[in-house]
Amino acid sequence: MKHNPDYTLYHPRWYRERVSTYWWTRKWSHFKFILRELTSLAVAYFVLLVICLLRAVGDGQESYNAMQEWLATPVAIVVNLIAFCLILFHTITWFNLAPRAMPVRVGGKRLADWMVAAPNYVAWLVISAIVAWIVIGD
Amino acid sequence: MAKRSNEPFLWSLFSSGGMIAALFIPVLLFLFGIAFPLGWIDAPSYNDMLDLVTHPLTKLILFALCSLPLFHWAHRFRFTLYDGLQIKHLNEAIAIFCYGGAILGTALAGYILWNL
Repeated sequence: MKHNPDYTLYHPRWYRERVSTYWWTRKWSHFKFILRELTSLAVAYFVLLVICLLRAVGDGQESYNAMQEWLATPVAIVVNLIAFCLILFHTITWFNLAPRAMPVRVGGKRLADWMVAAPNYVAWLVISAIVAWIVIGD
Repeated sequence: MAKRSNEPFLWSLFSSGGMIAALFIPVLLFLFGIAFPLGWIDAPSYNDMLDLVTHPLTKLILFALCSLPLFHWAHRFRFTLYDGLQIKHLNEAIAIFCYGGAILGTALAGYILWNL
């Protein structure tokens, strides 16, 4: 094997046990971690979808109708359902991470995790309701 | 002195993008990807959509909604490739692909929104 000191940023001579590429498939918690990281693909997909939708609206009525027809195809529905599940997973893990990323202290005592996470869920509900109200209209 | 790292800046983009994604994407993806196509709720008419997306405030929100989550993706996906596939030796290529993609997507979204 070619010696490649770039591969490890530290000491090239130290012995390191090889870890399988599929290390994250063996334990549920590891799998959840990789799944959580992969939700970023659904995020990127959503942005592409928004860009396509905006372009269709900019192109005129016909493009907008064509875009809606495409969105109603079974393939698009399945893709969007999967993306939606991943996004939900992102939202929940993201909110639940907040108390660990920034523990809030009041009067020297650390607030319970749920008290830090709860405002996120409230904000989520409020924003979702406002967005739905604006998009659906009257 | 230690070399200054870009990490805090990239991380702030990652976290703000993650927050925007968590708050805004579920409802929008549910409406446009599931509820409208399946006919559970009537989709907005073309004119309503046009009015909505040409409003300056909507444009600003949509720009943030496109750009920041892309940087969130870039950051997260980059480290998923490092950890999951253990291809850290491709460090630079992956970073260029991820952040370059986010910059390109941001430019594209900006261009389209500007011309609406």
